[in-house]
Amino acid sequence: MKMATSSERSPPPFPEDLEPEPDEVGDQDSDDGEDIFLGTDNPLEIKMDPSLSVSDITSSTKPLSEASSPPVMDLLSEPASEASSAPMVDLLMEPASEGSSAPMVDILSEPASEASSAPMVDLLMEPASEGSSAPMVDLLMEPASEASSAPMMNLLMEPASEASSAPMMNLLMEPASDDLKEPPKPDIDPLADIINDTPLSEGKTPVAAMPQEPPSDLFDDEPSELFAEPRQSNTAKQQQTSIFDEPDEDLFSEPLGEASKKPQNDFFKEALAPVAKASNVCGPLSDNYNEHPTDIFTEEAITTLPSAVSTVSVNSKTNGVHSDEEEPDIFAEATVELSLDSPRNDRKKKEAAKPSASASAPAPSVSASASKPQPKTLEELEEEVEDKFELNISITNPEKVGDGMNAYMAYKVSTQTTLPMFRSKTFTVRRRFSDFLGLYEKLSDKHTLNGYIVPPPPEKSIMGMTKVKVGKEDNSSAEFVERRRAALERYLQRVVFHPSLLQDPDVREFLERDDMPRAHNTQALSGAGFLKMINRATDSLSKMTIKMNESDVWFEEKLQEVEAEDQQLRKLHIMVDSLVGHRKELSVNTGGFAKSVAMLGSSEDNTALSRALSQLAEVEDKMEQLHQEQAASDSFCFAELLADYIRLLGSVRASFDQRMKTWQRWQDAQNMLQKKRETEAKLLWANKPDKLQQAKDDITEWEAKVTQYERDFDRVSATVRKEVLRFEKEKARDFKKQIIKYLESLLQSQQQLIKYWEAFLPEAKAIA
Amino acid sequence: MLFDRPRAVNVDLQTDATLQVDISDALSERDKVKFTVHTKSTLPNFKQNEFSVVRQHEEFIWLHDSFVENEEYAGYIIPPAPPRPDFDASREKLQKLGEGEGSMTKEEFTKMKQELEAEYLAIFKKTVAMHEVFLCRVAAHPVLRKDMNFHVFLEYNQDLSVRGKNKREKMEDFFKNVVKSADGVLVAGVKDVDDFFEHEKTFLLEYHNRVKDASSKSDRMIRSHKSAADDINRIASTLYTLGTQDSTDVCKFFLKVSELFEKTRKIEARVAADEDLKLADLLKYYLRESQAAKDLLYRRGRALVDYENANKALDKARAKNKDVLQAETSQQVCCQKFEKISESAKQELIDFKTRRVAAFRKNLVELAELELKHAKGNLQLLQSCVGVLKGDT
Repeated sequence: MKMATSSERSPPPFPEDLEPEPDEVGDQDSDDGEDIFLGTDNPLEIKMDPSLSVSDITSSTKPLSEASSPPVMDLLSEPASEASSAPMVDLLMEPASEGSSAPMVDILSEPASEASSAPMVDLLMEPASEGSSAPMVDLLMEPASEASSAPMMNLLMEPASEASSAPMMNLLMEPASDDLKEPPKPDIDPLADIINDTPLSEGKTPVAAMPQEPPSDLFDDEPSELFAEPRQSNTAKQQQTSIFDEPDEDLFSEPLGEASKKPQNDFFKEALAPVAKASNVCGPLSDNYNEHPTDIFTEEAITTLPSAVSTVSVNSKTNGVHSDEEEPDIFAEATVELSLDSPRNDRKKKEAAKPSASASAPAPSVSASASKPQPKTLEELEEEVEDKFELNISITNPEKVGDGMNAYMAYKVSTQTTLPMFRSKTFTVRRRFSDFLGLYEKLSDKHTLNGYIVPPPPEKSIMGMTKVKVGKEDNSSAEFVERRRAALERYLQRVVFHPSLLQDPDVREFLERDDMPRAHNTQALSGAGFLKMINRATDSLSKMTIKMNESDVWFEEKLQEVEAEDQQLRKLHIMVDSLVGHRKELSVNTGGFAKSVAMLGSSEDNTALSRALSQLAEVEDKMEQLHQEQAASDSFCFAELLADYIRLLGSVRASFDQRMKTWQRWQDAQNMLQKKRETEAKLLWANKPDKLQQAKDDITEWEAKVTQYERDFDRVSATVRKEVLRFEKEKARDFKKQIIKYLESLLQSQQQLIKYWEAFLPEAKAIA
Repeated sequence: MLFDRPRAVNVDLQTDATLQVDISDALSERDKVKFTVHTKSTLPNFKQNEFSVVRQHEEFIWLHDSFVENEEYAGYIIPPAPPRPDFDASREKLQKLGEGEGSMTKEEFTKMKQELEAEYLAIFKKTVAMHEVFLCRVAAHPVLRKDMNFHVFLEYNQDLSVRGKNKREKMEDFFKNVVKSADGVLVAGVKDVDDFFEHEKTFLLEYHNRVKDASSKSDRMIRSHKSAADDINRIASTLYTLGTQDSTDVCKFFLKVSELFEKTRKIEARVAADEDLKLADLLKYYLRESQAAKDLLYRRGRALVDYENANKALDKARAKNKDVLQAETSQQVCCQKFEKISESAKQELIDFKTRRVAAFRKNLVELAELELKHAKGNLQLLQSCVGVLKGDT
């Protein structure tokens, strides 16, 4: 497994990572960070506060907090114990590993038992203080539960010795199970026991007390032990289990608390939960070093997943800052993230994760569709997502707006959905072509970087549009409009069928918002367009110069396949176009012939023959129609499909290129690191201690970068792979569907043909 | 290249056991086509009952011209000469294919080659058929069948040493034609005394033009049909290449579709070929035949004008009482000629109509049947393929 290797590789650099990372992240969300930041500085104080408030917490919160406490423990204790960094990485979902694992290491490496405890406390305390029992419940019950549980599960599952994973499971399950009751249990047996003992049974007991004291204990005493010990010995699993039983509870209550608190606190209602939780998971850990949960969160998001792109943007904005509007997004994103993650993880994880899925079943449809597939394999996942898709988009009523060269076509975009992320079940907006382009630009800017295959919109056609603008109401311009309408519809459908793109707020805005701000820079000849062209040129230049020594045969083969396929499709497209052309020609010529035959018939002086000829003319007339229809279906069913996929293959290649670029960046960073090390060696040799520190700092910085870039590369690779698989599945489906449709059109025209000639035959026979 | 004896007759002929002519073989030698003309006859002036000779296109033309030039046959519709074999286009394509061999995959190349060979074969068969039709028409004609030149053509087993026309002769022909068509306009302007001929004249003029139009339109239609079939063929081979890239599900799907297209394109090509044979060739034949009938009418019109002029000359001579006898003789000759032409021409034109109706009937019925056959075949292919594909998905 690639992931495993990468995570294993990563541990060493982590300690150094710490510094650079926080900085980066900090920049993003410095505002929000402040509070928490302070918290970290004065861990003790904060601790106290929360504890006080905890006591205030209602009974409902308590069970939750309890329930949640064990997992936290697990998180902390386990990873730590097991070669701390590696498991952690897994926990947080690879990408996340940076954020989370790093902190861990920190904790361990630094003398920082205190440091670590402080943030933890923060986390825990705060939520508690808020008395956010309601959100908690909601969290668990709703999609949130799935969302949160899944990641948690994953987190725990892997690194985790069973013992650790189990508690996590339970944790998550239980809260969830408030409503659902037992679902989790059966699957989690071994774990369940553990959990049952502690969190469950205690569910009703006032937790308040627990957090108050144990936390402090935990952090002050235990953590140090925990971290310190396991780190040295990988085999410390057993110890962990024991550790869990006691200290865990407390710990756990914290993160949960935080989760609950956060949602309430900052912005959201229940929906946020998953996100919050996700952040929680890494939060406590990463908090250790001066980071604010938000930051961590964002970081995690960034690193976490391909899908996280959207998350990043959203989260960074949303966290703390706003706003009811956004909640669904975050929520949705979180779930998606999870669902995407899970397939990547090992089988084991999936199995382990099952309970969570079942637990989540009752949750609303979005989460259901997103999270359910978790336990399954990637393909299954996608299929199910698609099947369950309850979003229909159609584009209708193309309408010319305005006059002259400023005229444009506006299309009615109607959406029908049962997805809760939308405000209503059906809505329509009017969009013009450049809006579609604008949507693509936005999506592409955000997602291409991460290796996503962003479906491209139909190309601009100055010719076609000019015709329409000039206002010729002829056949070709009507055909152009219809062709474009259909292409836009397919484009939009591809976008919303993409599980991660659907979550993008821009997509939703595009579908929902009435007054769409005019898309800029989509004009082919505008300055931005020119810039884009230049960028593209430099891109392709750099592409040529990058010599990637491909480590993964899969990518190499796939890229070749894609290229060969692209070539073939282009060829095929040309041929189908020529078929369309010839068919149209045939139609015209048949029409001409029909007229000639009619004339011939009229001048024929044998009555029966004259009649037969005019019948033949009629048959040919109908054939003209038939050929024309066939030409249209050649073009709509077949040629357009090919054109779509030629464009899509362009996007596929772009995602391969993106992977290559990240690889290049990683290599460059490695080279740089190498240079820095050499400098250090030279300095050592030259015995210049004053510059030595600077050199060391540089090395640290670059080591961090190398790790970061390597992880980026791994992440992009994984995304590309996943995307390509998804693309291929979709391609297969599309092609099958469309070609069968096309064949059916052929079939129909043959049926018509038979009808026509059958009617003609007696006429021919009647000639005497 | 050797080909089977083609059987495509666009005209309905009364078969007569006393003289049966066909082309049993044809051989293409570079730009020459050698037809083996096979005759079966019980007529006494042939030495044998059955014999074959090898003839070339030029010899057919010679035979035709000898009919046209023979005053005796002025009252008959001279069967139109077969068109010159034209393999240039097809050869050129074949050559281009050879040049482009490097840029194509092996499958594409073989496919293209097959395609062109099939095209070549079709042109070849058509050529043979047209030559055969000419002979059959002559053999079935009550008068022309007895022509000496025809018999020589059929029997003399040496080269007839017919040479192509030289430049001077070609120029002469050209002028003759110009004069003839100018004259034709003059003659056509003369009101006919006979309603039948007057009617036939207007009919043929119009008919000829329309059949010409229809013939060129049908050619175009068929050409685009063929191009479409070629496209389908190329689509099939590209799909095949796509399908052989790996062994995933889609690729198998592509292979199946490619196979289907390969079959349907064959059918489409057959449809085009059959339309060509049954429709375009029919129209083309009647384009030439109606020209021949027009020529007959022209000759009759010319004879009529001559006759009228001779009458006028006789009147003049009588008035002047000078050269009366000579004028009388010439008037008599013209009158006889005109009457002879009119007599046979009437029958010829009636025959022409009968033949035409019968030929159209035969061809249109066959066309409809073939179209149906192909459409049904195509439909079945599509249905089973769609069934299989749907079953797979």
